[in-house]
Parts: sequence; structure tokens; C-alpha cells
Amino acid sequence: MPSWIDACATDDIEEEDVIRFDHDGAVFAIYRSPDDRFYCTDGLCTHEKVSLADGLVMDEIIECPKHNARFDYRTGEAKAAPVCVNLRTYATKIENGRVLIELMGAQ
Amino acid sequence: MTQHRGMVIVGAGECGARAAFALRENGYSGPIDVLGEEEHRPYERPPLSKGRPGGAVPLKEIATQAQWDSAEISLSLGTKVTEVDRADRVVRLADGRIMHYDKLLFATGARARRLPLATTAPVATLRTMSDAQHISSIAVPGSHVAIIGAGLIGLELAARLRAGDVDVTIIEVSSAALGRAVPPELAARLVQRHRNEGVRFEFDAEITAITDRTIALLDGSQFTADLIVAAIGAEPETGLAEQAGLEVRNGITVNVTLATSDQNIFAAGDCCNFPSPRTGAPVRLESWRNALDQGEHAAANMLGASREYQKTPWFWSEQYDLTLQVAGLPQPGRPFVRREPGSGATLLFQFDDDGRLVSASGLGPSGSVAKEIRIAEMLIERGARPDPRLLADAQSNLKKLLRTG
Repeated sequence: MPSWIDACATDDIEEEDVIRFDHDGAVFAIYRSPDDRFYCTDGLCTHEKVSLADGLVMDEIIECPKHNARFDYRTGEAKAAPVCVNLRTYATKIENGRVLIELMGAQ
Repeated sequence: MTQHRGMVIVGAGECGARAAFALRENGYSGPIDVLGEEEHRPYERPPLSKGRPGGAVPLKEIATQAQWDSAEISLSLGTKVTEVDRADRVVRLADGRIMHYDKLLFATGARARRLPLATTAPVATLRTMSDAQHISSIAVPGSHVAIIGAGLIGLELAARLRAGDVDVTIIEVSSAALGRAVPPELAARLVQRHRNEGVRFEFDAEITAITDRTIALLDGSQFTADLIVAAIGAEPETGLAEQAGLEVRNGITVNVTLATSDQNIFAAGDCCNFPSPRTGAPVRLESWRNALDQGEHAAANMLGASREYQKTPWFWSEQYDLTLQVAGLPQPGRPFVRREPGSGATLLFQFDDDGRLVSASGLGPSGSVAKEIRIAEMLIERGARPDPRLLADAQSNLKKLLRTG
């Protein structure tokens, strides 16, 4: 069963930025795009488990702070060496100024 | 038997491996040979500065055998090159094989520098997988390790060893850690952190002799350790290039396209000496990022792209929960503009006489300085002249500078 988890307030994330969200032992990254949409991916880089929330968001790309791996945070697609493993993505929705993420089979 | 000429890469570290895959990513379909002296498939180094202390040394392979196979890259391990014959464009191997090249890349890297001291005592170094295994086998909890050299490798090793409850003394010939690579203030803060973690430092310490496991200093003091590690830098592997008659001056000399004086031969990574972007000053770098970027760049140029290498030097070092990041090359003696973005992080920026940003150094808990150093790196690469007051203002959003620059 999918379940929606309350992750943060929309105001917690600046435009074109990312924050980290920890839930039930898992790490997620939640993004606010330049066109004011919200996205969610796994929070650790697929290359070396570095927190992506420390990385820089440029347009639709999140860059791993350590090794410059780049992902399209809307789709999770890996865009540049050294990674070739995509990030998992999670659906988001906004309710009453809160960002909710959908975790399949969580809990 | 006639052979098709292909791309031959001498050296199977980060740089050589990246170059090989980049050749394929750029559409090259001919033969690619990567020649490595070590028996291991290419791995990220140095292994110990990243691994867990006390346990087995984790080997993080750059690519699996399946990935090498599917890219149709021929990887020859345990393979020594004896000669590069430029006239016939062939590489001769110790096992008798001969490889004909269209273009050749030297990605031979660097080797740990040995102590300039006549001694028969066992002194370890940290560069290769077997170095790391050797250190890990002796540096067990409760043992004492003496590290000679307070550079990045020495400090990273010390942090790893302290986490494994190993007693550490660092012996450094100069009066401070990290030499010219890091602003003195940040180096001093790292040293203080190491001291808080129980590391002992001996600065201005000139070693006169090493006998068995005892280090004697000029001032008469002595240190006995279970293991002595020399972490005094690295020297470029240039023997083959010299033998082939290429210019070598602290690394294999290359131009802005990473080509040597022979248009069929390129060099990239730790082994090459290249002109700095903008200033043209010759520089040789030893960093993970440089090895990858130059490997990728050389690959494109081996296929005829003739692009100039213009990336900003950048490195990252983790010690305890602190992360140090430096973009550009800090200039000793130039003033710094300071930014304190909170949570104990410090960023220090330097400008040249024209007001261009030339270096940015940051130290703080885990990834706290990463975003701003990355922005600074892009500004440096663009030759931007950001307002120093904006950089110093912790409330200002540096990302806006990218839009205006």
C-alpha cells in the first residue's frame, strides 16, 4: 500500500534548492524547482552514499557535492560520470503548505 | 600478423580508466587497450583514506569486469610497458607483446615519494592497494603509527587511524601542516582538531636517522612506533616518457590540449604538467577530480577535438566529521575575504589584481561548504569578478552571482 508521508513545509525549501529528509532509517532529498514544483529522490548519491542535499541544484539537475555526479531530479536519471545508476524517485503532492511524499509499501 | 592501430592507454588508475570509457562515449569504435602494472582491476585510491579502520581494506572498483567487457575495452593487468617507440608508434611490453597505436595516452600517475634518507628500516607508504593492506595489517587498535609528513594523505590517514583507536604521531619538517595547498588558518584548525582527537604533532622536526622502528630527530628526541609511514608527497611516473624523448619537467609537459610535443601522444592526470587556465603557469595536480577531468578531456582530443583544458583545480578531504574543499589554487601571501555561513563553517576567498576570484577554500562539518565552494568554482572558471562584500555577507545568496556573472 502506498502511503503519503509529511516531509516538510513548502517554505522550508528555497526555489532551485534541495533539503534532506530522514524517515524511518532512509534518507531522501526533496527539491523545489525553478518553476516552483516539488520533487523527491533518494537522498544519497548512488556512487558513494554522499548526501545530495549538500549538492547544488541548477535548473533540473542535482549535482553530488563530492564527485560531481549529476542527476535529473525529476526523473532520477544519472547524467554524467562517475555514476551510471539512476536515483529512485518518489511522487510528491502539496497539501496545506506541506510537501508530502509517496512511499510505496513503507511502514 | 598485421594489427589495426588503436588507442593505447598506459596506466590503469582513475585517469586511464575514465579516458578509456570516454573514448567509447565519444563514439570511438576501434580497439582500446588499457595497460596497468598492478594486478587489481582499476580502483579508487588511496584505499585506506576511505575505508573502515581495523577491518579489511575495501577495494572500490571503478568499473566491474562486465562493464569493461561491454565497453569492449581490453584491460591488461600486471602488465609492464618496457618501451614506447614513437617512430614506429608501437608500445613494447615486458611479456613480449607489441601494440600499435594511433594515439597514446600516458596516464601513469604518480608514486609515493621515498624518504631522502639512507635507511634499511621498513618505512611504509600509502598509495596502492597493497600499501593499504600492509598498513591495515599492522595498525591494529592500541598500536602506534608514526606518520612522516603533515600533508593531506598524512592527515587523512591519521584521522582514519584514530577512528580505529591507533596511537598517532605526525612528524613534519616544516612549521605547519598542508604546505601551500590550503590557507594557513584552515590548516591550523585541522591540526587543532587532530590534537583534540589525540594526535601528537612534531613540527620543525628534522629526521636524522631511522633505525628499525625508531625515528631520531635532530633535536635528540626519538619516537618508536609499530609502523612508520612516509606521507611526503608523490612523484610523477615519467620514466617511459623520458625514455621516449618527450619533455619532462615535474611531470610530462603537455600543452593546453593535453598533447605532448608528439601530436600522437597525450598525457593526463597526476603524471602531466600542464598550463594553468588563464595564467598559463605550469602546474601538476594530484587529485581525484583532475585525474577524471583530464582523462575525459584527453580522450576527446585523442579523437581530434583539440579543446583547451580549462577546468578549475578542486579537491575534497574528509577528516573526522570535517570536510575541507578547495577550488582554484590558494596563493600564499594574498589576503582572504572571509565568509562565515554558520554551523562552524568558514570560507576564504582570494582575488587577483584584476578583481577576479582565483581561489575559494572552505572547512566545515560534513558537506556544509560544498554548495558555496561549487558556486565559487564556477565563478573562478568564468573569470568572474564578484563583489567581495557580497561574498563576505553570510546572508547573501551566492547563487545569484552565477546569474549576473
